[in-house]
Amino acid sequence: MKATTQLTPSRRSFLKAGTLTIAFSWSAFAPVSAQAPAMAPLPGSLNSNRMLDGWLRIHPNGTVTVFTGKVELGQGILTALSQMVADELDVEVKRLEIISGDTARTPNEGYTAGSLSVQDSGTALRYACAEARGLLLQAAATKLGVPVSELNVRDGSISKTSGGAGASYWELTSEAMLRHEATGKTAPKPSSQHRLIGQSLQRRDIPAKVTGGEAYVQDMRLPKMVYGRVVRPSSPRARLISVDEAVVRRMPGVVAVLRDGNFLAVAAKREEQAIAASRAMMASAKWDEPADLPPSGAALFPYMKQQRAQVTVVSDKKDAIAAATGVRTLESEFTRPYAAHAPIGPSCAVAQWDADKLRVWCHSQGVFPLRGDLAKALRTPVDNITVINREGSGCYGQTGADDVAMDAALLARALPGVPVKLQWMREDEFGWEPLGSPMVMKLKASLDSAGKVVDWTHELWSYTHNSRPLDPDGVNLLAAWHLQKPLTAAPARNIPQPSGGSDRNALPLYVFPQQKVINRLLLDAPIRTSALRTLGAYPNTFALESFMDELAGAAGVDKLEFRLQHLSDQRAKAVLERVASMAQWQSNALPTVVKANAGVLKGRGVGFSKYKNLAVYCAVIVDVAVDTQSGAVRVEKAWSAVDAGLVINPDGLRNQIEGGIIQSTSWTLHEAMKNDATYKLTRNWSDYPILRFPEVPVLKVELINRPEERSLGVGEGAQGPTVAAIANAFANATGKRLRDLPFNPERVKQALA
Amino acid sequence: MTISLTVNGIRHRSAAAPDTPLLYVLRNDIGINSAKYGCGIAQCGACTVLIDGKAVRSCVHPASAASKGKITTLEGLGSPDKLHALQKAFIEEQAAQCGYCISGMIMTAKALLDRVPNPSESEIREAMANNLCRCGTHTRILSAIARAAKELA
Repeated sequence: MKATTQLTPSRRSFLKAGTLTIAFSWSAFAPVSAQAPAMAPLPGSLNSNRMLDGWLRIHPNGTVTVFTGKVELGQGILTALSQMVADELDVEVKRLEIISGDTARTPNEGYTAGSLSVQDSGTALRYACAEARGLLLQAAATKLGVPVSELNVRDGSISKTSGGAGASYWELTSEAMLRHEATGKTAPKPSSQHRLIGQSLQRRDIPAKVTGGEAYVQDMRLPKMVYGRVVRPSSPRARLISVDEAVVRRMPGVVAVLRDGNFLAVAAKREEQAIAASRAMMASAKWDEPADLPPSGAALFPYMKQQRAQVTVVSDKKDAIAAATGVRTLESEFTRPYAAHAPIGPSCAVAQWDADKLRVWCHSQGVFPLRGDLAKALRTPVDNITVINREGSGCYGQTGADDVAMDAALLARALPGVPVKLQWMREDEFGWEPLGSPMVMKLKASLDSAGKVVDWTHELWSYTHNSRPLDPDGVNLLAAWHLQKPLTAAPARNIPQPSGGSDRNALPLYVFPQQKVINRLLLDAPIRTSALRTLGAYPNTFALESFMDELAGAAGVDKLEFRLQHLSDQRAKAVLERVASMAQWQSNALPTVVKANAGVLKGRGVGFSKYKNLAVYCAVIVDVAVDTQSGAVRVEKAWSAVDAGLVINPDGLRNQIEGGIIQSTSWTLHEAMKNDATYKLTRNWSDYPILRFPEVPVLKVELINRPEERSLGVGEGAQGPTVAAIANAFANATGKRLRDLPFNPERVKQALA
Repeated sequence: MTISLTVNGIRHRSAAAPDTPLLYVLRNDIGINSAKYGCGIAQCGACTVLIDGKAVRSCVHPASAASKGKITTLEGLGSPDKLHALQKAFIEEQAAQCGYCISGMIMTAKALLDRVPNPSESEIREAMANNLCRCGTHTRILSAIARAAKELA
């Protein structure tokens, strides 16, 4: 059965924040709320967290506390926010203490995801600080008897331009001063007055990380703390038949053995004792294992196309006259397998119950949404739960970070008053993290006699890219599904455009007279999937930009020139032109195949996207070397040009783009999860190779700074352009096109045979 | 029965069973933060420490087998006030994103630089081949190691 959804005003709605229905009007894209009281909209996350002192407190002792709902994931966000605060408030960064992601203390900003933190939290903080600075200056003007225009501020010290006695933030501040709603009326400084914004300040978190400071939730130690481990079912829907709890209880150090339906966990005084006990428990457990997993490898994709789907026409631009001028039609299909986030550090949380109150420290990307699902799953009032962010290993989307918080909370409930630290084992993370969805992209386009695209269709099949906590129709925490009284997961959902989920970046930025984009959301997911960095943008950009090269080839036009011919967005053209000049791209220099030595083919390719069609502009060129004997593809060099509008921290931005290129190279050349009919087969790093040092390309990244343009999210901008550039370089090198990821030796040898 | 270990020049005792992986004794008995659990089977390098100058995967190294050697962790290289050249170079190059792998990276690099004071880029790449980074900070890590090598030379 297929449900068909057309994008109409009434259907194009989704639930946000659990209780509030927000419908987007089709014509204006303006949020229209039926239930929220009429309040003037405020910039960024100020709109949903309106009290000034919810963001900022200025203390008489000369320090400033900054509150943000966004959390550090290794992307440097707390450093970027500190620069924005310091500039707007006119104080030095060293005065700032930042509290982030704490349900008891910070604004609720939902998730730290989607490259939105500078936009959401940064904008809110800039306006909050500008307003606070204005209030302090007003107080100083009154005290000093001069107009505000005759005052200067430097690091919180206020002086009169005429000289004489001054004042300071620290003497003027009061709790009452910021205890009211923001007005949003004090504009942040123009870029010409920025002192720290735009500078490469060093990250505030790195010194502790390179000296063994307490930097991660894994490093937390609380008095009387015990160690927990979880024992998961042997396969995704296995049911427990029996387990010998008694033998586990007798093991050294064991203080709790928990069995609740299919959920098993142990706690012990020492970590290695907890591991040994969990191994023993695993060995004694017998499971009923249904053989209900989808086929692995190439058979997965025809299977996916037969599954029950919700069909959404995302774009349907018609121009029959132009389309009729098509003289040549191309069609190609691209695939991407299940992929893992695979953080280096498996997920970890610390939980402690005191009577009916729960505290959880974890590296969730969304402490407030997690608290909501914990409340449902633990059948505990939300107000009794505090979730506090502590950094973990990099996540790149939804790992086990939320699930492990639930695991720790369940186990800690068996040990009242005792903190329990629970870390997943490597095989737990590979086995149970929600994976990046496999996807099929089918593209079709027609060229007219002048070599211009006149008709374009992009069809895709995908499981959901969002099964994070806080869905009104289910509980998205793993352990909740395994309990004696299980809760069910939320149904599969699309993330609507303009950012999109499966269809992220499926809408071409190129201008085509007629185009159609069809999103098929597969409703029954046999393997759990959720957000993996970029969601559908990596697979879609792979397909779209590979296909652009195929069309350029058919049209006989240089690959770069072909892109420029189809773009109207000047900033898009600018990043392509910049990267071309960085790499000294030679127009149609055919053949670009350099036979370096026997058996090694070299080639060059380009890829581009404007992430989500509304964030960073990024173009990438790579040079690859293909070893025809071993089938190994090596990305030797990569160049990237990036336009993210106003750049807060250029080195931080570069770090994100470099990391994105390398991570995408790893996804592209190596990564695929494996399963058979019953089991997920990927358990450790030998089952799931990732890019290693000897294979890492030499990188060059240049930024096009546009200080007067708003800051664009950058954290996920390079992945799509990179995979496309590699695919196109491979085709350039070998004359064969790879349309199925990853480009591992087996597949390369097959293609070249 | 107790295990006795010398960590960063200080003698410690632990009541752990002799076959306990060194990692858990370091982290939970001695209070070392730097060495991290990543895979438990010596595949990723996040737990790397030095024993008598040799890089060792502490997640598979029995604590009792380390009792005769001198164990050095990242904490033993330098402190925030007195950074080792490698730590300084990692800060200068901003060679971390999440940083979970970084302790293992620095300790592996330390063992390399002690052995090969002036390594070529390809020697550094090869020496680091079995340390995994997921954020894609590799090129900065390579630059940081090269920078430290230069400073130490």
